[in-house]
Amino acid sequence: MKKITLKITINGRKHTLRIDPNLRLLDLLRDELRLTGTKEGCGIGECGACTVILDGRAVNACLILAGQCNGREVVTIEGLTGKDDLHPLQQAFIDHGAVQCGFCTPGMIMSAAALLDQNPTPTEEDIREAISGNLCRCTGYTQIVEAIQAVADDN
Amino acid sequence: MNSNPSIIGTSPKRVDAREKVTGSARYGQDLRMDGMLFARVKHAEYPHARIRSIKTARAKRLKGVAAVVTAADIPGNPAFGAIIIDNQPIAGDKVRYLGDAVAVVAAETEAIAERAVDLIEVKYEELPGVFDPREALKPDAPRIHEKGNLIVHHKTRKGDVGVGFGEADRIIERSYSTQRVEHAYIETEVVVAYLDPDGTLVIKGSHQNLFNIRSAVAGVLGLPLSKVRIIQASLGGSFGGKDDCMAVLGCRAGLLSLKTARPIMLSNSREDSLVESYKRHPYFLDYKVGVKDDGTITAMEINIVADGGAYASMTQFVTWRSVVHATGPYRVPHVKTDIYGAYTNNTYTGAFRGFGSPQITFAYESLMDEIAGELGMDPLQFRLKNVLRDNDVTATGQKLDHTVSVGEALEVTTRAAGWDEKRKKFPEENAGRIMKRGIGLACSYRGVALGAEGVDATGAIVRIHSDGSVDLTTGLSEMGQGLKTIFSQIVAAELGLPIEKIQYRETDTSTITDGGPTVASRSTIIGGSAVRKAAIAAREKLGAAAAEKLGAPPAKIIASDEKIMVKGDPVRAVSFREAATMALDAGMNLSSFAWHVSPPIWWNEEEGRGDAYFTYVYGCQIAEVEVDPETGRVNVLEVWAAHDVGKAINPETVRGQICGGVATAIGYGLLEEVEMVDGVTKTMNLDEYLIPTAMDVGKIHAIILENEDKYGPYGAKCVAEPTAELCAAAIANAVCHATGKRIRDLPLNLERIVLGHKLVKKKRRVR
Repeated sequence: MKKITLKITINGRKHTLRIDPNLRLLDLLRDELRLTGTKEGCGIGECGACTVILDGRAVNACLILAGQCNGREVVTIEGLTGKDDLHPLQQAFIDHGAVQCGFCTPGMIMSAAALLDQNPTPTEEDIREAISGNLCRCTGYTQIVEAIQAVADDN
Repeated sequence: MNSNPSIIGTSPKRVDAREKVTGSARYGQDLRMDGMLFARVKHAEYPHARIRSIKTARAKRLKGVAAVVTAADIPGNPAFGAIIIDNQPIAGDKVRYLGDAVAVVAAETEAIAERAVDLIEVKYEELPGVFDPREALKPDAPRIHEKGNLIVHHKTRKGDVGVGFGEADRIIERSYSTQRVEHAYIETEVVVAYLDPDGTLVIKGSHQNLFNIRSAVAGVLGLPLSKVRIIQASLGGSFGGKDDCMAVLGCRAGLLSLKTARPIMLSNSREDSLVESYKRHPYFLDYKVGVKDDGTITAMEINIVADGGAYASMTQFVTWRSVVHATGPYRVPHVKTDIYGAYTNNTYTGAFRGFGSPQITFAYESLMDEIAGELGMDPLQFRLKNVLRDNDVTATGQKLDHTVSVGEALEVTTRAAGWDEKRKKFPEENAGRIMKRGIGLACSYRGVALGAEGVDATGAIVRIHSDGSVDLTTGLSEMGQGLKTIFSQIVAAELGLPIEKIQYRETDTSTITDGGPTVASRSTIIGGSAVRKAAIAAREKLGAAAAEKLGAPPAKIIASDEKIMVKGDPVRAVSFREAATMALDAGMNLSSFAWHVSPPIWWNEEEGRGDAYFTYVYGCQIAEVEVDPETGRVNVLEVWAAHDVGKAINPETVRGQICGGVATAIGYGLLEEVEMVDGVTKTMNLDEYLIPTAMDVGKIHAIILENEDKYGPYGAKCVAEPTAELCAAAIANAVCHATGKRIRDLPLNLERIVLGHKLVKKKRRVR
């Protein structure tokens, strides 16, 4: 397969890469760049474990070809974490008991981050809708919604 | 010497939360090793067939393929199993369901392995299959295993049901059924197998029960237990689901690693997982109840058939829990219960949070509402008349010697939900509105820990280092439930340290002896007791070392606020760290291993009676729903869930367990079913297998009840599983309250609500 050139900004860092044209964004992140905080749970865009922010919007990295991201900007869970401090959403997830097995957590936080960027003062319904593409089997979502609401309330 | 366990009953942050919110936690799929190969499985093409021949030559010749193995390559036992040794990681002469493997390939990339799988040619002689457990038990049914299709028959006998039905004013008979459901952990199953330089085979991955997996791998690969090491990666959910199927992956990948001397990653896709991994048993339940006109239950006769699928797995244990609890938490003087587990050519079934209780709870709690309806009684009042109270005797003849709180749970929950008012008000209001409102409840009792299923014991190691930091090791697994945090809290409490000083070591079979599986909601009560004992033993040594310097007898010395001090005289103190150094300098051993065994219990299988569990927990859940009679859509608006946990060591974690269990049960009640037609799985991914999203789960009010138990650490019992066994029944009762329709088969999906029956997909071969 003929490789293609990809220019992409990931977590603020510019990359120029030679990639297979059928490489998914998820594989680029996990296998090529070893940013393994983004998870794979279904491969068909249903579970949301691979949610990243592409040009400000939450997307499923399993449904997007890396090649489609030429010239675009991607933020992953690793990019949300500051050098010393956690992102307020990360801290709120810890404080509100919103983490159990943790497998959905990165994707869940990325969806929440995209929501709060677009709508800093969401209602509970807005929050539930924004994370409705992120499946969690452990928590029943209650403490997750509370964590996101707490960050929104600080806005 | 004592401590001040002020951290017990508080909610410090989870000890494993930071790595999970930053994405740095390492799950099985995140592992990579030098020279690692990727494995793929050639699955069966018929649900029941004899294997005539397997040709692997073309696959082996493909560039990039390192090895292709079949059953002929297995050096040890062809199969493993908890009691019945029937689960074959690679099928030899016969396939029994479509998740069976006939060959496994290792290649440089997953894509090459996938192509190689397609080059393997297998010739079969197709055999007639059996897909309904009731059919499987008929004498002329095709035999799936040599000894026949009956996996197990358990019974419970109490009194004489003939006498009991004779005393009744009415006899009520009802049948219910429950469906096959998937754990749907968001992380699918994955292992990496590799050889340590000393020849030890290491299987690292998404393991729930490491010691079970070790036994299976050692047996199948012909290795001593000491040459197999199972390490748990961060686990992305399990709910009972990553046990036998992980042993299967471990055997397959381990064999390839032995063959190639290279690390092997074997990772199930979601489609693989839905076809291959075991599910919750579908049940067919027939209930016959005698009741007096005043609402007193006189007798229950229960007959249940469970679909075990292709392999026995945990069927014996799952159905035993069902047979013990099948009457529900009620005083029933005469009981006759029979349960049969049968093999079929469906995907096999095993452990899933609840373990034989969600099925029976759906049946008996639907039934209680039906009986109350026949008698014209309120469902709450009918239950309060019949529920078990202190010192009552259960269906298995066990006298309950602890606080029996099912009545309390019913009263607290109904009060919080506004039960009386809503039961009366909704039917009146529904007449004038399109969306029909309803409220329903369900209650249960549940035996804590393994019970008379088997030996229930586990160990813990607490090691105090010279700088005063502490390592904690157990053989039990963090699955998201919060075990690391609870256990760390217990050590912190007993040593008088902040929780940050406790490091929970990763779970690894080479670091501690076999302490049983992380199942049956046993970890806090059994594991927590072992952890507490180990911490106390370590503390006693510190106390002994410090006693001389502090000039007080060890009995007067306490551990608190990072100090070892004389009780009531905090000036006479040394720092925890100093005490540790003193003890080590005196040649003392500051590592302690403790073992905890459950109190004695018994079961007479012949007579169907016994003291099945050493204690029980009680709970009640209420669902308020809104039903659209046009579309069949049911919205769960609010749930109130009260659970007696004995003592909540970490209330926020308990709340997380309650909310999570409720959501799982909402899925069970309304949405979920692994559909199989003649052995073929129709729901192949999460677009067809629907689990609740944040928009499907309404507001959940978690109510924690605390009646401390003499057998639990600090009085704690358990919480994980009882939370998942109630809400499906509560929803069915609420739907009936809203619409007048009684639905006796799960799930209550759109078609069942509107049409009254399920829609079946057309046949389609997927493999």
